[in-house]
Amino acid sequence: MFMIFGIPGPLLFGQVLLGLINGAFYAMLSLGLAVIFGMLNIINFAHGALFMMGAFCSWMLLNYAGIGYFPSMILAPLIIGVFGIVLEKTVISRLYKLDHLYGLLLTFGLALVIEGLFRNFYGSSGLPYRIPEFLTGATNLGFMYMPNYRGWVVLVAVVVCFSTWAIIEKTSLGATLRAATENAPLVQAFGVNVPRLITLTYGGGVALAAFAGVLAAPIYSVNPNMGTNFINTVFAVVVIGGMGSILGSVITGFALGVIEGLTKVFWPQASATVVFLVMVIVLLTRPRGLFGKTA
Amino acid sequence: MFGFSRAQTVAFWIMVAIIAISPFFLYPVFLMRVLCMALFACAFNLMIGYVGLLSFGHAAFFGMGSYVTAWTMKFWHLDASLAIVLGGLTGAGLGLVLGYLAIRRSGIYFAMITLALAQMIYFFCLEAPFTHGEDGIQQVPRGVLFGVIDLSSDMTMYWLTAAIFIAGFLLIHRIIHSPFGQVLKGIRENEPRATSLGYRTDDYKLIAFVLSCMLAGVAGGTKALVFGIATLTDVNYPMSGEVVLMTLLGGLGTVFGPVMGSVVLMAMENYLAEFGAWVTVTQGVIFIICVLAFRRGIVGEIGNMLKLKL
Repeated sequence: MFMIFGIPGPLLFGQVLLGLINGAFYAMLSLGLAVIFGMLNIINFAHGALFMMGAFCSWMLLNYAGIGYFPSMILAPLIIGVFGIVLEKTVISRLYKLDHLYGLLLTFGLALVIEGLFRNFYGSSGLPYRIPEFLTGATNLGFMYMPNYRGWVVLVAVVVCFSTWAIIEKTSLGATLRAATENAPLVQAFGVNVPRLITLTYGGGVALAAFAGVLAAPIYSVNPNMGTNFINTVFAVVVIGGMGSILGSVITGFALGVIEGLTKVFWPQASATVVFLVMVIVLLTRPRGLFGKTA
Repeated sequence: MFGFSRAQTVAFWIMVAIIAISPFFLYPVFLMRVLCMALFACAFNLMIGYVGLLSFGHAAFFGMGSYVTAWTMKFWHLDASLAIVLGGLTGAGLGLVLGYLAIRRSGIYFAMITLALAQMIYFFCLEAPFTHGEDGIQQVPRGVLFGVIDLSSDMTMYWLTAAIFIAGFLLIHRIIHSPFGQVLKGIRENEPRATSLGYRTDDYKLIAFVLSCMLAGVAGGTKALVFGIATLTDVNYPMSGEVVLMTLLGGLGTVFGPVMGSVVLMAMENYLAEFGAWVTVTQGVIFIICVLAFRRGIVGEIGNMLKLKL
């Protein structure tokens, strides 16, 4: 067994991998928050609750309908995405003319309702979701054993993050979206249906959260609080990265996950607070965030 | 001297009368809970209502105040007055540090930063030995006030809580109607103009934040004394959400709104306590209704109907 900084290599790499996995979820969630914020100018406090709904949706598909993991990777984001669109159409769209803080309060209320309902019907102890047969077991990488499912999560998360980035930065739809973020009335004047674009953006961001939820289901037990545990840290990630750039929030997410993993090796007690400490340092030195454009 | 309008003076004396009479009809411990939360909400309202900054981390100051009061009462056997003052100072000190960081951003970012910083305090409380983790500091004695008044009876404790609440309420009103408060309102309405007039707006915001946190700490300390317990619930983010909800429900930026919001919400929680997570669902529904249809809040609507500023 080899040692790095007096720490056994496999332990170190194991924690880095765990960090990467957490980072994958931070990245996907903060990406969705950033996309939604760009278009709607609201912070979607319900993001964690919708992430949790994604995980529950895949659990329900499996246990009530017998639909397995891979189909639910597509079905669950679709279902929750449509739910998000309904939310946007019925309640959130009423707030665009008001102070942004009302959006935060409203989505906080939505999160309370969703989480409270799930807690009532499923308790808070958590439900197991089995790793799909195809992804069980572990691979020997030479320096450590990597559970296949964890490698899969990191891989899929990277692919999803970069596809989202490519859609927004490289396609004509993305160009319209970015233009509407900059100046919605002007884009509307060119004949683009901006309200529909906003609705679809919200649906897309929600689907991204739900997709992360499906990925998370086999790793963490499916329980009503799983979203809240994540979302508070994700807010810190968003403050650190700034919401100006898509790629920025992805990189920040992964990096903070790894930092958290490493802290677990060297100073376990601080692992829960290290992200917040990084946020403090960023606020002191670069208040607009690492990738933020405006103060 | 407190800058009350005539209508507000009338409303204030009605409130004092209700506080004086109600313990003879209602359970004093419940009323003390209402008063502590009302003071907490008034402190929070100082930020959102008069500086226009939404703090989503006020539980940190409330909870730490509650821990410090509980700790000093139980292990140092301090006088009750001193323990509550220490709770308030803890809130103020913590507010100075966290506020210094948070006021670098405004609007939505301010809310997210305060939430994240408060979450950091929560994780600290979870790990630190002095909080006794999940157990909390239990069986805190109520002790003696000024060395002579024994606080173990509920009625005595009630009068102390009522006095603290009214003092805090008047202090906030005094702050709002001082020249300092006028500058705060100016910053809320138009910060660049306040800056161009030569005001250091960040200093003003920070002082207001520290005052708000100090009162939140006092409220937390009083609560710890009333119930003889300080736990992680006081410092966790649902408590921050609750204080936002109380203020929103009563009316943001109104003088009596936070008090009204606290009465309604505490009564609701009292009746719904046996239904478990339905309390959370109901809170969420109230949030949604308030934001969509009821943004003035209860007191704001009443004031609007009577054409008075309450």
